[in-house]
Amino acid sequence: MNAGSPAVAASGAGADTALSATPRDADRTAERITGAQSIVRSLEHAGVEVVFGLPGGAILPTYDPLLDSTELRHVLVRHEQGAGHAAQGYAAATGRVGVCMATSGPGATNLVTAIADAHMDSVPMVAVTGQVSSKAIGTDAFQEADIVGITQPITKHNYLVTDPDDIPRVIAEAFHLASTGRPGPVLVDVTKDAQQAMTTFRWPTSTAELDLPGYHPTTRPHAKQVREAAKMIAEARRPVLYVGGGVIRAQASAELRRLVDLSRAPVVTTLMARGALPDSHPANLGMPGMHGTVAAVTALQRADLIVSLGARFDDRVTGVLASFAPHAAIVHADIDPAEIGKNRRVDVPIVGDAREVISDLVPALEAEHAAGRRADLTGWWRQLDDLRTTYPLGYDEPDDGSLSPQKVIERLGAISGPDTVFTSGVGQHQMWAAQFIKYEKPNTWLNSGGLGTMGYSVPAAMGAKVGRPGSVVWAIDGDGCFQMTNQELATCAIEGIPIKVAVINNSSLGMVRQWQTLFYEGRYSNTDLHTGVGAAPGARIPDFVKLADAYGCAGLRCEDPADLDATIEAAMAVNDRPVVVDFVVHRDAMVWPMVAAGLSNDAIQYARGLSPVWDREEQDPETGLEMNGSDR
Amino acid sequence: MSTSSRHTLSVLVEDKPAVLARVASLFARRAFNIHSLAVGPTEHPSLSRITVVVDVEDSPLEQVVKQLNKLVNVLKVVELEPETSVQREVLLVKVRADTATRGQVLDVVNVFRAAVVDVAPEAMTIEAIGAPEKNAALLKVLEPFGIREIVQSGVVAVGRGSRSIADRALRSA
Repeated sequence: MNAGSPAVAASGAGADTALSATPRDADRTAERITGAQSIVRSLEHAGVEVVFGLPGGAILPTYDPLLDSTELRHVLVRHEQGAGHAAQGYAAATGRVGVCMATSGPGATNLVTAIADAHMDSVPMVAVTGQVSSKAIGTDAFQEADIVGITQPITKHNYLVTDPDDIPRVIAEAFHLASTGRPGPVLVDVTKDAQQAMTTFRWPTSTAELDLPGYHPTTRPHAKQVREAAKMIAEARRPVLYVGGGVIRAQASAELRRLVDLSRAPVVTTLMARGALPDSHPANLGMPGMHGTVAAVTALQRADLIVSLGARFDDRVTGVLASFAPHAAIVHADIDPAEIGKNRRVDVPIVGDAREVISDLVPALEAEHAAGRRADLTGWWRQLDDLRTTYPLGYDEPDDGSLSPQKVIERLGAISGPDTVFTSGVGQHQMWAAQFIKYEKPNTWLNSGGLGTMGYSVPAAMGAKVGRPGSVVWAIDGDGCFQMTNQELATCAIEGIPIKVAVINNSSLGMVRQWQTLFYEGRYSNTDLHTGVGAAPGARIPDFVKLADAYGCAGLRCEDPADLDATIEAAMAVNDRPVVVDFVVHRDAMVWPMVAAGLSNDAIQYARGLSPVWDREEQDPETGLEMNGSDR
Repeated sequence: MSTSSRHTLSVLVEDKPAVLARVASLFARRAFNIHSLAVGPTEHPSLSRITVVVDVEDSPLEQVVKQLNKLVNVLKVVELEPETSVQREVLLVKVRADTATRGQVLDVVNVFRAAVVDVAPEAMTIEAIGAPEKNAALLKVLEPFGIREIVQSGVVAVGRGSRSIADRALRSA
């Protein structure tokens, strides 16, 4: 059990766990300090190394002792949303709790998008906000917003602190809640008078000193359920391991690999789980869902058993629920009991931490095999291999000689290598980055999966780079997303955070444009951004190279496929400051495969108007699978 | 589990600010309909009880309970079945009653073992404490006299027998 740092490895309920790796007995004496000092000292005791934030009136008292802290680095962002996403990126890249700080009112509300994002994607994060003085609360005071009320539905828990004596306990609770069980964001709102008042600092030494009588996450799976699941895995003839972001958060990749190698079951890795199993592993069919591979989508549709590990049957994975995986029995393992059975009826529910569940499944499955129970998966794999061969991920090069966005992203992945951390915004470039970069390691693919937040990429990359300064961090962004949060380039330039940004610039809100192409007869309502493609010379608004220059970053542009690798190499060589590369790409490229919204996954198209041919007449009565790829 | 769509949940919560808002907003954002709600102190000074009656089918009910359990301030959620619990609500009803009808109204009050708590020349106010069905029956009988105003509390409910939900919750804590 991780006793000290606020790592996400969900610590068990029941036994009291120590809260600080280095208990400092001296700090338990009754020295009188301000509430503000207590906040800073609490963050230090929680093991925080960096805070992303921006000061303002109601949090000013706390920024004063922050100046003196030798243990806390504060990164001054240009917009609080950037602080929130940076904390997320830091957390997702390192597995530690990310911390952001803002003032009351607009400062706090600017964090809301990032908090909602962290809530949807189970990112461990603590947000500390200043609040107007307790006597002014409720009077519509200057810069007053009920941020505790506002963030109630999008936090795991939140606090309003008006008594400075509560600060250490509340912050300790916030880190405990954020990092254990199903991780998530916790907001601590502290009134200005509580920051200014005198208090004594006393850091809780164990979870027993926390006041959380209603919080007991179940991390140990039930042995009987695990045995039942193992039996089903052993006997299934068409099993699929459906791996979600919970496996990343639980740091369960090594355990997953053992289960995969033992069971030889095919694996699909969701958008949140890319990298949980190396893409080079032969059992990895890639991403399922709306833009998943034909093999991954079809495997789920035809499976007789789906073993869901830290996934939640999201609508982007299942398509129309009623026709999702109609032949499959379901084993659903999740740390959050509320996810189990929420969308899809479950045959074997397992509540527990993904790492513990998978660790227990391995010996249970070995016992099944030892008892001679092991289905032959040869036929299943033959069918899936046929699908992989017939319908691989691919794209057509534009015939006008312009850059293919998929090619740009593919080359970025290949040139920068498997230790690179990639972040992305939301849209076409995100899907291509999920498809065409080969992820070999967990925590190297950070994106906004649940909330779908445009603008996540640059600040998340900033946070990731602070957390993993030795890694190359590429923010793969769209020209739309990039314009939402690129002010953090200033932060990166000034704070010495040399991220690399690849703007996949199709001069439009590409995913929306794709839907307009497919479903709105090509009526491009308000999706042209005029950032490059088709714009007259001098009409790039903004010119991303000039913008990079203005922010003290290196700026590069690539428009010719012949320059692609050289441009990427040039960007890789810039390590003393951030670099922005404007890849001006073909704007009509589309994300394929695709299951259109509101359709069954059986209606997957691998290109416009082209569906895999299922020969209904001659299909195997049991598997329903008889592929005919001759139309390709 | 009962097959009807109305369920009574006894929710044991920490007595802290905004806990009721957390519970109530959870129902709203998950699109569950609250039929009645009652909040009050318990035998433990640090705990409050929320008794909530919801209109949901069994499968969404399971989701309601799981979501409630996820709230950090919630210690325990128990569904109280009508057969194994005592359920009561308070009804105050102001009904028209003049010299001509006052006697008939009083007869109804006696039959239902209700009480008259206020009398005016043209009306009287009746207090009834009972299961929701009993109070509904009383209202039906009073309706012809002319109902002026109805005030009704949420249902409060307790399981039959000697066991205490709070004791069980605190023991497992």
